[in-house]
Amino acid sequence: MNEQREIKISVPVLTRVEGEGALDLAIRNGRIEQLQLRIFEPPRLFEKFLEGRSYAEVLDIVARICGICPVAYQMSASHAIESVFNTEPGPWVRAMRRLFYCGEWIESHALHIHLLAAPDFLDFKSAIEMAEKYPQEVRRGLRLQALGNRIVRTFGGRSVHPVGARIGGFFHAPAKSIMSELLAECRDLLPEAESLVRWVAGFDLPVDEQEFVSVALHHPEEYPFNEGRIIASDGLDIAIAEYHNHFREIHVPHSTALHGRYFPNGYTKEDEGIPYLVGPLARVNLNREQLPLAVRDNLAAAGITFPSRNMFHSIVARAAEIHFALLEAIDLLEHYESCNTPYVDVTPRAGIGYGCTEAPRGILWHRYELDEQGQLVSATITPPTSQNQARIEQDLKRSLEAFGLDHCDEELKLHGEKVIRNYDPCISCATHFLKLKVARE
Amino acid sequence: MKSKVAVHKFSSCDGCQLAFLNAGEALITLSGLVDIVHFAEAGFLDEATEVDIAFVEGSVSTPQELERIKHVRASSRFLITIGACATAGGLQALRNMHDAGAWIDGIYAQPQYIELLADSTPIREHVKVDLELWGCPVNTRQVLTAVRSLLFGVPPVEEVDKVCLECKRQQTVCVLVAKGEPCMGPVTRTGCGAICPQVGRDCYACYGPAESANTASLANRFEGLGLQPEAIARRFLFINNYVEPFNAEGRKWQEKKS
Repeated sequence: MNEQREIKISVPVLTRVEGEGALDLAIRNGRIEQLQLRIFEPPRLFEKFLEGRSYAEVLDIVARICGICPVAYQMSASHAIESVFNTEPGPWVRAMRRLFYCGEWIESHALHIHLLAAPDFLDFKSAIEMAEKYPQEVRRGLRLQALGNRIVRTFGGRSVHPVGARIGGFFHAPAKSIMSELLAECRDLLPEAESLVRWVAGFDLPVDEQEFVSVALHHPEEYPFNEGRIIASDGLDIAIAEYHNHFREIHVPHSTALHGRYFPNGYTKEDEGIPYLVGPLARVNLNREQLPLAVRDNLAAAGITFPSRNMFHSIVARAAEIHFALLEAIDLLEHYESCNTPYVDVTPRAGIGYGCTEAPRGILWHRYELDEQGQLVSATITPPTSQNQARIEQDLKRSLEAFGLDHCDEELKLHGEKVIRNYDPCISCATHFLKLKVARE
Repeated sequence: MKSKVAVHKFSSCDGCQLAFLNAGEALITLSGLVDIVHFAEAGFLDEATEVDIAFVEGSVSTPQELERIKHVRASSRFLITIGACATAGGLQALRNMHDAGAWIDGIYAQPQYIELLADSTPIREHVKVDLELWGCPVNTRQVLTAVRSLLFGVPPVEEVDKVCLECKRQQTVCVLVAKGEPCMGPVTRTGCGAICPQVGRDCYACYGPAESANTASLANRFEGLGLQPEAIARRFLFINNYVEPFNAEGRKWQEKKS
């Protein structure tokens, strides 16, 4: 005799993520039969209205894809367009782009750790509630976030949709006196970044070892921001222009984001590909040896070892990257010289260019085709969250089963949200929030 | 009893909500002054409770959003739009001049699953708006000033001056006069702090049109600088493309090209 039990639950929007999405769960006989991370952020069709625009307008447009990581969009686009024009902006611009990016990593990671993720591990609904019990820690997070924003603002006038970057470099070079003040502030917060890593490493993080492929940029001489080759934990090592040979976005019906899939042996239509991970954990897993000794020692003292197969070590990786970005910013600021030519002039020409840089949430890949006036013929933009979406679904399925489907719906929902938030999904980027619907049979 | 505040999101990049999340200590202070009832990104989820002040980010671009904005209006005493999307339809309103359906067919393999209205439109087209805060994005000063004013029981002051006036106050060198850059400052609303001319570049009108903006005269000046009609059109049909007088001016120059 078959006992049929059907329970339907609808839980409203998932909080503390960027954007809008929902989670649909169908459970039958104690197993997850169907699981969909549904993204219903409306598509905003950026790739289409880039067509016909001049190269000079691109950075102000692509920034608007995401309020949290506009710098990443500007950097990937700059590199892609400059590669078409054969532009080499030189060492000053290269260094300052790293500094600009340090600001965005610090701001985005600090926001995610304190305002979005930490309440999950300390049992609060929001950071504002958490601030009553952990005032020092929340204040430290807000200070780090403010510092990251200040670095971005130094170049861009504001931290959201900054206006300072241009193809070929920057519109202006900050005065040395401003950079000295910034340096003092970075040094001041360095001990805070060190203790942040130990704080998050001390959370009661679930132990959840799993198999996944990490994908990140890799540069022979440094921890990656703007340049490098795309590598994977299974040994893949390709130029960014070869991305589409191994990575494709597939449109799944339940989402307005496109799902990223990895094809280890090369893309074929017949193959479905496999999920993969981008972002802080993937980056640290693949580039840990390029982290400064101080960051590695601090992690060792905190008792966390990378590479790690525990997805919940993402928050530790994120904190370690704040520590790294602060050290990197200090180094760059110590060697700062102002510059009369903060950009190089470009000569438009026709061609196809690729840009791939490490956004706070992972690799952000752009491809542009330009005509001889430097106007866009076509644009393809692959944000980190759409690449991670298949991986999030895969993780959710096994995590919820491991957690135990006999838990009540509220507990399942909380655990599911915790798993999702751990990826720091930016659904605004992937196009953007969560409603949980559980159907039990 | 503390006033209740909600922050709602529609079609957007989340950048205007950051005016709150990037406020630092002020965010903690704010949470002491008011009850934040709904603000999903910050962890508060309650769209049903009536609030005194509702901030709305994002444009209306799906059938669901069209329904939701009516509920938001019904449960809010004072509704404030934040940013170019909510106030002017946003950059994504560029699709209003095109066949968005054909675009979606070009991007998505299974377009039948994408539900989208033909146009991306500002909140005011659907419900009564009590105050509009312009900017792409709005900044912390703008949103906190609005809350503070309302808590004092006075209407928030609207900024309608042109970016030019802000440049003069700061003694920033005019990029239009000195460098011949096609600066939108003469027709653009202030509030940003004139950050573009400060870094030596032309304003691109992300704060929308200023009061009595003479767009025709500025467009003619751009032509004098050597800009092609289509480049002039693109200056107006940008972040705030859907709003007048930018839309009409942009279309006028678009037609000149053909």
